Amino acid sequence: MKKTGAQILCEGLTREGVEVIFGILGGAVLPIYDTLPQYPQLRHILTRHEQGAAHAAEGYARATNKVGVCIATSGPGATNLVTGIADAYIDSVPMVAITGQVASPFIGKDAFQEIDITGITLPISKYNYLVTDVTKLAETVKEAFYIAQTGRPGPVLIDIPKDVQEKITDFVYPEKVNLSSYKITSMGHVAQIRRAARLIDKAERPLIIAGRGIIISQAYDELEELAEKAQIPVVSTLLGLSSFPGKHVLNSGMLGMHGMAYANLAVQNTDLIVAIGMRFDDRATANTGGFAPEARIIHIDIDPAEISKNVPVDVPIVGDVKAVLKVLNKDIEKTDHLEWVSQLEQWKYEHPLMDVGQGDKLLPEYVIRQIYEATQGNAIVVTGVGQNQMWAAQHFTYIKPNSFISAGGLGPMGFELPAAMGAKVGCPEEIVWCIAGDGGFQMTMQELGTIAQENIAVKIAIINNSCLGMVRQWQELFYQRRYVDTKLWNPDFVKIAEAYDIPGIRVRHRDEVIPAINKAMDYLGPFLIDFFVEPEENVYPMVLPGESLARFLEIPKPEVLSK
Amino acid sequence: MFDTKHTLIALVEDKPGVLNRVVSLFRRRGFNIQSLAVGSSEHPGLSRMTAVVAGDSIIVEQVRKQLDKLIDVVKVSDITDEDMIARELALIKVKATASTRSEIMQIVDIFRANIIDVALDSLTVEVTGDESKMESLIDLLRRFGIKQISRTGRIALTRGITRD
Repeated sequence: MKKTGAQILCEGLTREGVEVIFGILGGAVLPIYDTLPQYPQLRHILTRHEQGAAHAAEGYARATNKVGVCIATSGPGATNLVTGIADAYIDSVPMVAITGQVASPFIGKDAFQEIDITGITLPISKYNYLVTDVTKLAETVKEAFYIAQTGRPGPVLIDIPKDVQEKITDFVYPEKVNLSSYKITSMGHVAQIRRAARLIDKAERPLIIAGRGIIISQAYDELEELAEKAQIPVVSTLLGLSSFPGKHVLNSGMLGMHGMAYANLAVQNTDLIVAIGMRFDDRATANTGGFAPEARIIHIDIDPAEISKNVPVDVPIVGDVKAVLKVLNKDIEKTDHLEWVSQLEQWKYEHPLMDVGQGDKLLPEYVIRQIYEATQGNAIVVTGVGQNQMWAAQHFTYIKPNSFISAGGLGPMGFELPAAMGAKVGCPEEIVWCIAGDGGFQMTMQELGTIAQENIAVKIAIINNSCLGMVRQWQELFYQRRYVDTKLWNPDFVKIAEAYDIPGIRVRHRDEVIPAINKAMDYLGPFLIDFFVEPEENVYPMVLPGESLARFLEIPKPEVLSK
Repeated sequence: MFDTKHTLIALVEDKPGVLNRVVSLFRRRGFNIQSLAVGSSEHPGLSRMTAVVAGDSIIVEQVRKQLDKLIDVVKVSDITDEDMIARELALIKVKATASTRSEIMQIVDIFRANIIDVALDSLTVEVTGDESKMESLIDLLRRFGIKQISRTGRIALTRGITRD
């Protein structure tokens, strides 16, 4: 059957199970958009900026574990996708980004809106293609989706010149991909798993560090079985939050720069780390020279290049987390570590997360906790980057698997609103809360237009401290309070929302918090709350830059623990 | 740990942009590449790449794994500690006058190199061998005045039993 390049692309997208595409059109993708109405099963959501399209595709992919798709025109459309592609790359998010390219005869001529997007995305994509021959398009789409979602997931970009979109060829969609050079080790080396099992059996103070790999591999049950069978406490990385039930007795919080004190103390005192689907990011390990000084390390990850990259490990196991844990769980002995577990309980008691107390001040931590109370954890939380992200990580209890969506590796402010939009589109039955900072919100707030146009019912909580809060915190602590350019003059966000026909409330006092959250939850569509929080509230605990996890600042104002 | 020269050989897809991906990876990860040589292999559609990388074994193992992760790379091996044969080709254009020409030719003979171009004021020498042979020949020719040098960088294979 003869089809145009644009039709072949759409055929491929439907065959790969794509339901929604986020994008903006432009000159070099007009043939694709002109073809879209022939494929009503492909819902296109018109964003207001291509960065929004890329983050929305990420939000969709992170929430559903399916491939997120975004599309942009050549030149500036393509370059605007870059932040989202880079973010998907570093956080292992399956994504296919489609860009139009100027027509083949113009390539290399510096034509209008021509940019070498495959060159630009080379170091930030898992793979990319410039399709110069329409007969190669079908297999390219097939390969792109295969590469994006297998092994360690990541973004794949397909750049299609305008004339290739228009050329006609016989359409045959390949049954399977033929990529001899792309190999995935998923089963894990049996002897290594056995070694790991013996180390776990012998350990006195074992600790699991759970990363995003658990979520990608959907190995929630296997992780729980491992933790329970050998009675191993679990700490998680930022992106590992919601991989292990927040209320489980063995859950010991999040490690890292703003991790819970008890989690970091556990890491520094354990004699065996079982690191699962994580990559020893510097924000998680702090100074690697002093990281877990007494521990031997078992590292389970699907990406062999992550093994011993940042921290040398004793037992590497390359494989799919779920497949490896299934075997490992059978091999280990049922045991317990009563003394160690009670030691962790003791640390939790001695170093609790701050008590939000009863005062009048509108504390951001209180806001997050109230959103938790109102939802009882039955929500997907999508955060921005900075203080709002850390408070959301610390003060919300993640009960549901994969309920925390955040840009961990790249840390792009402005992620929150479009990603929340994508998550809600992917999971329309779920309550989606977007926890934004006032700085980050203004980087992508034009997506309120998309949210209004498509009636995407996200609940937006702006943690508004009228400054770039995390940077201000660093200026306070490490630059003698010289607040250079961190103060923000902000617009009235409620009025901005109203201009988009989205209702909103500003909250200045503590007693208004719960009613506002309830109002947002009761409302059927999107809703915005602008929380005017304490401007100089800091995120604690905080591991000092350059120090090991053992050296952290705790809350400077000691509060009484309320049990 | 101290830096040594490691020889990595890789079979890669012979497609546009593959060399770019490999070189970009070295730059992006801050790996120090000393030489890189690429050409067709015995498999149609695949090229063989020889890279010489300086670093301790942990860094070089990272290089190997990162290279292996590239979709277009079929296989990478660090053959440094294996029984390998490595060669490099150099073309050296050296100044030559009537009085120095025969002396240069004698030196070239000793090195089992070839004169491949003769001009009024120069000779061009083709030499293959390992790096130390190149260096000694270049050192000896230097006093005659070297006009140009072009070197391929190392290419290598393991000895004996066929392997990729």
